[in-house]
Amino acid sequence: MKYFRSHILIETDEASVQQGAREVMNALKQELAKHNLDQEVNVLETGSLGFFERGVCIAVYPDDVIYGNVKVEDVSSLVSEHFLKGRPLTHLVIERSEKKNIPLGYDKRIVLENSGNIDPEEINDYLGVGGYLAWEKALLEMKPEDIVQTVKDSGLRGRGGAGFPAGIKWSFTSPIKGVQKYVVINADEGEPGTFKDRLIMEGDPHKLLEGTMIASLAVGATKAYIYIRGEYKLCINRLQRAIDQAYEYGLLGKNILESGFDLDIEIETGAGAYICGEETALIESMEGNRGIPRTKPPYPGVKGFMQNPTVVNNVETIANVPAIINKGADWYRNIGTAESPGTKVYTILGDVAVPGLCEVPMGTTLRTIINTYGGGMKKGSRFKSALVGGAAGIFLGDNMLDVKMDFHNLAEYKAVLGSGAILVINDSVNIVDMLESVIKFFRHESCGKCVPCRNGNEQLYKSVRKIKAGYAGEDELDKMLLIADTMQKTSFCALGQSLLLPVKSALDMFKDDFLSYINKKKAINK
Amino acid sequence: MNIVINGTVCYASPGETVLSAAKNNDIYIPSLCYHNKTGPLGRCRVCMVYVEGMNGLQSSCNLPVREGMIITTDTNEVKAHQRLVVDLLLSSGKHDCLSCEQNGNCELQDVAYYLEIERPSFNLSPPSIDIDETSEMVFVDRSKCIQCGRCIEGCNNTVVNEVITFAQRGFETKIEFDNNIEMGKSTCVQCGECVQLCPVGALIDKNAISKGRPWELEKVTTICPYCGVGCQLELHINRKINKIIRITGVEKAPANNGMLCIKGRYGFDFVGNKDRLTTPLIRNSEGKFENSTWDEAITFVAKKFKNIITEHGNEAIAGLASAKVTNEDNYAFQKLIRREIGNNNVDHCARLCHSSTVAGLAASFGSGAMTNDIKDINKAGVILVTGSDTTAAHPVISARIKKAVRDGKSKVIVIDPKEIALADYAEIYAAQRPGSDVAVINCLMQLIIKNGWEDKDYIQSRTENFEDLKKEVMKDKYSPENVETLSGVPAAKLHKIAELFAKAKTGSVFYSMGITQHTTGTDNVKSIANLQMLCGNLGKPGGGVNPLRGQSNVQGACDMGCLPNVYPAYQKVTDPKSKSKFENFWSKSLSDKIGLTITEITDSIIKGTIKGLYIMGENPFISDPDQYHTIESLEKTEFLVVQDIFMTETAELADVVLPASTYAEKTGHFTNTERRVQRLNPALKAPGQAKDDWEIIQLIANKMGSDWNYQTIRDITTEINAVAPSYAGITWDRVGKEGLQWPCPTVDHPGTPYLHKDQFTRGLGLFHAIEFKEPAELPNDEYPLIMTTGRVLEQFHTGTMSRKSQGLNNIAKPMVMISVVDAEKMSISNSEKVKVITRRGEIETNAFVTKRIQQGVIYIPFHYAEAPANRLTINAVDPTAKIPEYKVCAAKISKIIS
Ligand SMILES: Cc1cc2nc3c(=O)[nH]c(=O)nc-3n(C[C@H](O)[C@H](O)[C@H](O)COP(=O)(O)O)c2cc1C
Ligand code: SF4
Ligand code: SF4
Ligand code: SF4
Ligand code: SF4
Ligand code: FES
Repeated sequence: MKYFRSHILIETDEASVQQGAREVMNALKQELAKHNLDQEVNVLETGSLGFFERGVCIAVYPDDVIYGNVKVEDVSSLVSEHFLKGRPLTHLVIERSEKKNIPLGYDKRIVLENSGNIDPEEINDYLGVGGYLAWEKALLEMKPEDIVQTVKDSGLRGRGGAGFPAGIKWSFTSPIKGVQKYVVINADEGEPGTFKDRLIMEGDPHKLLEGTMIASLAVGATKAYIYIRGEYKLCINRLQRAIDQAYEYGLLGKNILESGFDLDIEIETGAGAYICGEETALIESMEGNRGIPRTKPPYPGVKGFMQNPTVVNNVETIANVPAIINKGADWYRNIGTAESPGTKVYTILGDVAVPGLCEVPMGTTLRTIINTYGGGMKKGSRFKSALVGGAAGIFLGDNMLDVKMDFHNLAEYKAVLGSGAILVINDSVNIVDMLESVIKFFRHESCGKCVPCRNGNEQLYKSVRKIKAGYAGEDELDKMLLIADTMQKTSFCALGQSLLLPVKSALDMFKDDFLSYINKKKAINK
Repeated sequence: MNIVINGTVCYASPGETVLSAAKNNDIYIPSLCYHNKTGPLGRCRVCMVYVEGMNGLQSSCNLPVREGMIITTDTNEVKAHQRLVVDLLLSSGKHDCLSCEQNGNCELQDVAYYLEIERPSFNLSPPSIDIDETSEMVFVDRSKCIQCGRCIEGCNNTVVNEVITFAQRGFETKIEFDNNIEMGKSTCVQCGECVQLCPVGALIDKNAISKGRPWELEKVTTICPYCGVGCQLELHINRKINKIIRITGVEKAPANNGMLCIKGRYGFDFVGNKDRLTTPLIRNSEGKFENSTWDEAITFVAKKFKNIITEHGNEAIAGLASAKVTNEDNYAFQKLIRREIGNNNVDHCARLCHSSTVAGLAASFGSGAMTNDIKDINKAGVILVTGSDTTAAHPVISARIKKAVRDGKSKVIVIDPKEIALADYAEIYAAQRPGSDVAVINCLMQLIIKNGWEDKDYIQSRTENFEDLKKEVMKDKYSPENVETLSGVPAAKLHKIAELFAKAKTGSVFYSMGITQHTTGTDNVKSIANLQMLCGNLGKPGGGVNPLRGQSNVQGACDMGCLPNVYPAYQKVTDPKSKSKFENFWSKSLSDKIGLTITEITDSIIKGTIKGLYIMGENPFISDPDQYHTIESLEKTEFLVVQDIFMTETAELADVVLPASTYAEKTGHFTNTERRVQRLNPALKAPGQAKDDWEIIQLIANKMGSDWNYQTIRDITTEINAVAPSYAGITWDRVGKEGLQWPCPTVDHPGTPYLHKDQFTRGLGLFHAIEFKEPAELPNDEYPLIMTTGRVLEQFHTGTMSRKSQGLNNIAKPMVMISVVDAEKMSISNSEKVKVITRRGEIETNAFVTKRIQQGVIYIPFHYAEAPANRLTINAVDPTAKIPEYKVCAAKISKIIS
């Protein structure tokens, strides 16, 4: 193996590529070659380094320096300063204070442990950090029941939104005999402001594959699909490359590692509607139909893709599995809370200093996440609320900044972690405006199958517009609540059911915001 | 099991849903999208109930009952949610009931009423007009649509026409035809299933608009007068004006399960047509028809018949019965001919459609009817359709076949000269040259035997004469390569068909006139029987040999003995035992001489041996082959009596015309293609003095001096029970809603869904060695094309009924189908007027250039008097069954130079 003095990791996730990451990479290579440094400094692609709104970022190891907003014009001075003269190009360095422990203390990361550290396009890199050991162990040393039991014991809960225990889900499908079974990885990630699955796949595609393999073995599926939204081009390419490499290394295909187990993994691309992330709509879409939810029960675990038993899990859920197999259920249980072991990847957006991604143990408070990983509030702004859990999330006020966020504690507020999106809102914003965009999103994404969601969203939108226009009285608020409540109780799928949470929490916590619209207009009218 | 609904203990059956359990216990749960045919769709969310121990509310339409379940449907809270959902629904679209056709029949009104919603609380969309009236039969008002999805489910999953889908999303969701085109331009076949399923006024029968409110209409159940499927209809009639306003299919009826085709649902205009015959007519000395009284007319007919008998003997009169009238009418008719006239010269149009089936299957199995039933179509692993454009001629059976494919239960093989619509659903489609059927089937059997795929046990235990068959079919001339040359079906395809069909656990064959109407018709039928015995496919559910009967009661007319060689229930006139049975019963001596067939009657009139002809409800002018020959014969008939509902082309030539009633005006029974006897019920008063056929026949008989004494039609039914063993148990009181399938020998027999269960009617099934023979007239240089004939979906037979519906006429006009290749060769463009010429005559019609017909073949529907296909057809007949070869003759096409 060749020895390199330094490694430059350049992030080539979708967003960075758009901002010129490839051009920067090419310029770097040329510049290094010009100075005959190309045998000493290795340039590698990697997934997101966890920053947003920071242009193209690169990390230099072992120096542990991170540059942001790197442009092609900066490359020559960067090479001469850092690699010839040995001193960081200070004006591009992202301050350590600004982003401590990016994205999180390395010892605690599970699903993002390799992201930003290894070349995601190189299976050897993954093998070099202990990749596929769990797959080997599962395949050669464990029975499917043992795997299911280990995952059950670990307490791993689904990260796709609902938090259903993964081991229990598997235990429904695993014992079914004599039919073709499937594993489907839900990488549809349609929630606005959520990129966690994308970054896992871009940064460490082999980890997802390894988890998928183990899940397939555990439930007895010989065919697995990864359902990715079509816009995630880079994910698709990286995963396809990873799959090809896995076949090449005999980790997929027939009679894997002489174990007698066969497995094929294929990528399916989705059309992009939000509802296609709902597992039964996803299956419909995989079958070539309109993505519209099916009646449950039967659950996919019993009758899913092509009417056969199908386990559907989220990317992040599955990315936890290799570590659980390697290190055991007890190790996993020690991270996070008793109710919700493990870590959670959050996307922090909105009015924080450093919007981005972090992987933290379950039970971390909103305050910690904002202050530590979001770098605090944006300069000059004050916290008012955070919409936690995506569009279908809950508006939390400052009285809840210290709630330990996990599935259990949020459930007390009838909320869920959802996709792990956190939208921080400053105190100059009227919550009604936020709610309007939430409702607008659902109105747009309603598949139209059932009446309460199809017409209820339309009416909610009308109501909120009316309030904003000043034509509504306070009774409009009751009306909204009634509609959202009926939607919650009668809608066919979770999409229509989830309006109640944002509507109710907004009304409960920020009624004044509504009244200010209602009364302002009144005042003007007088 | 027991469940509790609203505090009351209710019985529920396992597997049932809460909604249906409630319904069975007379507890109303409002619902909109559920229909028992389309199943739970879960879309409307009105059927929500509270179940103890479950979170929130549950939709009851898809919630299975559990022992001890405690359900609440009517608390204020539950109703408040139901109400808000319906309120939201009513707040969108344009639900102005006052002008809505569905007012009083609308399920949205019903739920709003139950939930006490006075008017919508919201205003979700400005009232916009979204109307599509391009379809001939269906009126679409999208502003009334509640997106329940029933029409879509019905169009795609019950009738399987796959036209409607939902388009767009969310609040914009709407129904769409094909790829968002107007309904009238879409591939919709206007079966009306969607209209029947629509709970609101979004899909409406166009011709029923403003013709009466639902509560003004009375509903009468009866049987479709068109094809042999035997769909049960509900006539919605307005008594005040004595008119049918609309027709719906009877849900759960055994043959059609609520489905209908365009003819059955919309082709009823003829009943109330102003041209109906209303008085008896007698041709006067100047050759003009004059109105007469019944007494005059009957006296005249009786006298004439008696005179002919006196002068020329009792063999000089013949009768043509009808496949469109009831069993009772037909029974009376043949009794008149046999008993009062004294010969067996009675036949009817079955001669022209399935006489070869009766002959062929009687020889092979001992009885000649469709062996299996309609509802079990999907029990066949492979369905072979040949010589039948099922989708056009038997639409509801086609729907069932398509559904079997869609549900993954069956695979379909189509062998037909025309690429029929079912070919789109077929695993394999093969186009054979018309008339090459025996060669194709023999070849399939050769391949099956060569590969050892035949059912050896079955052949051993249930059949005889296998060695003869084997000797014939193993001949080299039936090798796939040789048959490829003969029939045009590639050898490789023959292999594939043989394998797929023979390896199916159960295979069925469906065929129709493409098999029977050949000079080798009987041979063709026997070959199909051979194939099915070879594969052991007879005597089990889903299998069988299934000739599809073309007319509503052609099966019944045959069963009633309207054939020259048999009494009712196929008892042979030449069998002394049968003869004496009828002589005793009718107390009259009868003739043991086999009578004349239709084609022989025509010839005998020309020869001068037949002087008198009594035609009931048939129109040989259009339906019989070689029209000029037929006309010559009709004109030559010394005394022609025609009994019909219209002044048909044939009636125009009659001496006496007697006005009869239609299916909507009478009772009695039809026997459908699957041998199911079903009841007609009178809905309307017949116009003027028109009478039921049996009444007219009885009047003639008695005027001729006989002693008939049927008080009501029931008396005839009872007589049929007494003389026809297979009908013995099918008494008036037993027929009921489901009907009964013969054989039904006793009053406690449940009827017979499929024949030949443990043994064949004749004991062992008989294999026949059948040699391939070419059709009578082959193309040559002068007449280079093969002409074949058939039906289209929207028309029926000679058009006496269907052509009275303007809507049907607008859709289906005369035409000749011609292949793209031939059309290009002759530079004929689509819709161009052309001349079709055969050795017998010529017609002018429009070219329909299509890929669905093979090169060298042209296809002409035979319904049209203005372009009569049967002016062109040949009257060469099958030697056994005497069926004419409608399906092959040599023809040429020429352009009309103007
Ligand atoms: C409207 C809607 C959208 C959803 N979108 C996603 C998604 O994008 N990704 C995902 O993993 N799960 C999504 N889900 C949840 C899935 O239905 C399913 O619960 C999940 O994939 C199961 O995986 P898990 O148990 O690993 O969380 C969605 C659910 C709903 C109702
Ligand atoms: S709740 Fe909304 S997204 Fe879900 S099925 Fe109903 S209309 Fe479709
Ligand atoms: S009329 Fe029949 S074919 Fe036409 S759209 Fe309705 S169900 Fe479909
Ligand atoms: S047209 Fe009628 S049946 Fe079809 S979706 Fe609309 S309301 Fe339902
Ligand atoms: S014509 Fe045939 S298929 Fe159509 S409605 Fe009548 S019986 Fe049924
Ligand atoms: S009837 Fe149950 S959802 Fe419509």
